[in-house]
Amino acid sequence: MSQMITLSLTVNGAQRDITAHADTPLLWVLREQLKITGTKYGCGVGQCGACTVHLDGKPVFSCLRAIKDVAGKSVVTIEGLSPTASHPLQKAWIEEQTPQCGYCQSGQIMRAAGLLKDTPKPTRAQIVDYMKTNLCRCGSYNRIIAAIERAAALTKLES
Amino acid sequence: MQRRAFLKRTGIALGFVAMPGGLLRVVDAHACGEEGDVDLNAWVHVSNSENTITVKCPTAEMGQGLYTAIPLLVAEELDADWRTIRVEQAPSDRVFSNPDDFSVQGVGGSRSTQGYWRIVRLAGAQARAFLIANAAREWKVGVDECTTEPNNVVHAASGRKLSYMEVAKLDDIQLDAPLLTDKDLKPASQWRLLGRDVPRLDVPLKVTGTARYGIDVQIPGMYYASILHPPVATLPHPLYGDGAENGPLKIDSAEAIKIEGVARVVPLPHGVAVVGTDYWATVLGKRALKVEWKQGSLASQYDSEAKKREWAAVALDRTRQGRLFENAGSFDAAFKAAAQTLSADYVTDHGHHACMEPFNATASMMHDDMELWAPTQGQTWAQQACAKVTGLAEDKIRVFTTFLGGGFGAKTEQLANAEAAMLSKIMDKPVKVIWSREDDVKHGAYRPLSAQHLDAAISADGKVTGWSHRVVADSVLARARKPAWDNNPGIDSAVAAGMTQPYGIPNKHHEYVHQPGGVPVGYWNAVGNGFTIFAVESFMDEVAAKLGKDPLQLRIDLLTDARGKAVLELARKMSDWNRPREGRALGVAYNHGGGGRGGGGTGQLAEVVEVSVDRASGVIKVHNVWAVADVGTAIQPRHLRQQLETGIIWGLSAGLRERVTIKAGVVQQSNFDDYHVPRMDEVPNIQIALLQGALEPSSGAGQIAGLPQAPMAPAIANAVFRLTGARLRAMPMLPQQVKQALSQVAITKA
Repeated sequence: MSQMITLSLTVNGAQRDITAHADTPLLWVLREQLKITGTKYGCGVGQCGACTVHLDGKPVFSCLRAIKDVAGKSVVTIEGLSPTASHPLQKAWIEEQTPQCGYCQSGQIMRAAGLLKDTPKPTRAQIVDYMKTNLCRCGSYNRIIAAIERAAALTKLES
Repeated sequence: MQRRAFLKRTGIALGFVAMPGGLLRVVDAHACGEEGDVDLNAWVHVSNSENTITVKCPTAEMGQGLYTAIPLLVAEELDADWRTIRVEQAPSDRVFSNPDDFSVQGVGGSRSTQGYWRIVRLAGAQARAFLIANAAREWKVGVDECTTEPNNVVHAASGRKLSYMEVAKLDDIQLDAPLLTDKDLKPASQWRLLGRDVPRLDVPLKVTGTARYGIDVQIPGMYYASILHPPVATLPHPLYGDGAENGPLKIDSAEAIKIEGVARVVPLPHGVAVVGTDYWATVLGKRALKVEWKQGSLASQYDSEAKKREWAAVALDRTRQGRLFENAGSFDAAFKAAAQTLSADYVTDHGHHACMEPFNATASMMHDDMELWAPTQGQTWAQQACAKVTGLAEDKIRVFTTFLGGGFGAKTEQLANAEAAMLSKIMDKPVKVIWSREDDVKHGAYRPLSAQHLDAAISADGKVTGWSHRVVADSVLARARKPAWDNNPGIDSAVAAGMTQPYGIPNKHHEYVHQPGGVPVGYWNAVGNGFTIFAVESFMDEVAAKLGKDPLQLRIDLLTDARGKAVLELARKMSDWNRPREGRALGVAYNHGGGGRGGGGTGQLAEVVEVSVDRASGVIKVHNVWAVADVGTAIQPRHLRQQLETGIIWGLSAGLRERVTIKAGVVQQSNFDDYHVPRMDEVPNIQIALLQGALEPSSGAGQIAGLPQAPMAPAIANAVFRLTGARLRAMPMLPQQVKQALSQVAITKA
């Protein structure tokens, strides 16, 4: 008898069937089973935010979500943020040339998308308070802040 | 077909360009694939069908901007239209060796742009000369009559023009390359691309999740491996050791192999690998292993707190002789003749790289060759390491370099590459090795712990006449570059780098006393500068205080280099140095990168910081940072500023919080909850100014992170002294130490 469980969930709009050990973190299912590798492993314990995805519309650490707990739920990764890679945050990230090594940036952008969903025009203090869950070893923080401010302005213009 | 046959017969042009230290092959032209698709040399590919020019990036892109800097350098000399430039990662091939220092394909010590910048411009110039020669031949005019404008060869006299892509498609293309030298390169005044910001080529990939890092590599049918490493910090360099002294003695894998998805448990000299078809199954398998480990190695007796005390005593004891280097005059004579003397002792803890992407590698061995996909700073080193552990020849190892999720020196290490290679050979399948964060923290290539003793001699007329600096630390070279160490034992340029400070003091004594500790120490960002500059620049302030002089002015007075004086002058102006701040104070430090030795970067840099101290908690807060850098030519100024910010944030964190502590060889930290990496709310206001004091741009670099990192800690310590009178001589400057130093000041005053 298999030690693994079978379930399905929605990833970037498509239903996916998964067979895995029940406590496999969503992160590793995305990365190694579904080969959707934009979401990154950084710490495995919810300390760095590199694995941030949206679960039913809210940013979460995918390293802390066991696959058994996300059956039937909807997951959006960086690859699903915008079908044409033209989300205001992605445009702003390019304008500000934010990434350096870039490894944490998928998580940063997904976290920022969560912020703008709740708070379309965040103050600098609100940005820092919300984004401090996510580490960037290159220290691109000032450019992350600038990019979020720019995206918030872009969104305002477009709406 | 006919055309290609012709090329094959006559067209292989091997051009050699004289470089210091030997001849480097830059040209190996040949036609490939599609009609009109030509490799003009190893670096430049012109595609008529795609209407693009592709430039090879010789080594790792790890955030330093090389993926853009190299194509820019090539495009400048090629006179290319930037919009048609593409970049591609170079394969492992010694033609892509870094001419600077290492003479291997790889990067460390802020030496990517600096190392490659000359050879890739020659490659661009040579490709351009080649295109001109073929257009001229086609038109039956002299080469001298032709010029270029972006992506076109032009014959002005007849008004004719051929695009580079059209030249690549000519039937009778000749590939004899002319020999070019530095005098054929454009003078800086004619640059139209270098020094202007262009959008970086890797950025779009990094906002869509499509940039491929080592950990993202997927090969059909591959196995995964999780490796249980010993409790004792163990990071052997595969060329010089196997870590067996800390390795497994007895392995009980009964529970591990019962886990579905685990294929096999494989003992390695330094650990135990759990290999399987499902990554998480290998993690569960690793947790289920019961292993008894070997005891008694040198590393297992290492206690970092005890070492600081022990080595501080060694630093103080002049009978414990080390190796001297770059000494001047006679410190002993100056000391005897001195009207007053001053001495101080400093200690610094280990630091960890904490790259966001932990060590990983994927290897696929097939018969007598191997492919390795790795986020590595050292392509040649990876070949050597994999060859060593598999028995294959070096040239049978093909290294595919991915993006690096942080490098900072850590990814010059080769253990994960060797692990993947060993396991692929044993399993006869592709194997991807992924280190957990805990593996990465507990088995790092730590910045060496140091104890340092400094003395200064001051003459009756208030001149600094003598300076002595003794550093006691373990050696990076002894572990990671053993041939260099064996060749010149006792000298470690990486550790001792920043000691040879540039101040105009007539009698100087620099001494490095090696103390082996057994725990892995390596190339942490800026390496030795990270602790020697802390001591040098703190002690310079102590000297200034003794003399009753302004510490910034004293540095300007003592420096002999005009560029050094200039960065300090501007930092003074930017920070409004002489204005008192309520409850805050400024501190200054200077760095010249240890003259470029040992990984500190080259250039001139002054930093001023503004701090306050919470006396109750001992917490130091840095409010503002003003940094002035002169690194010669900035290939991409905006990105250079970003790199400087990176270094400033690293230095701030290293100065105040980051440390690895070790007990009985076991690292006490394990993840980001106990190894502190700075978060967004800790970043101060940062203002950066760039100077270009060097007329010779060859002394400059396109990126640099080591240079601004090291002076942050001493600038903070100096600011705390000016604010409180308390001198902090241990790094990091933890709140407990601050409180203790403040209470000592209070006692002295009372």
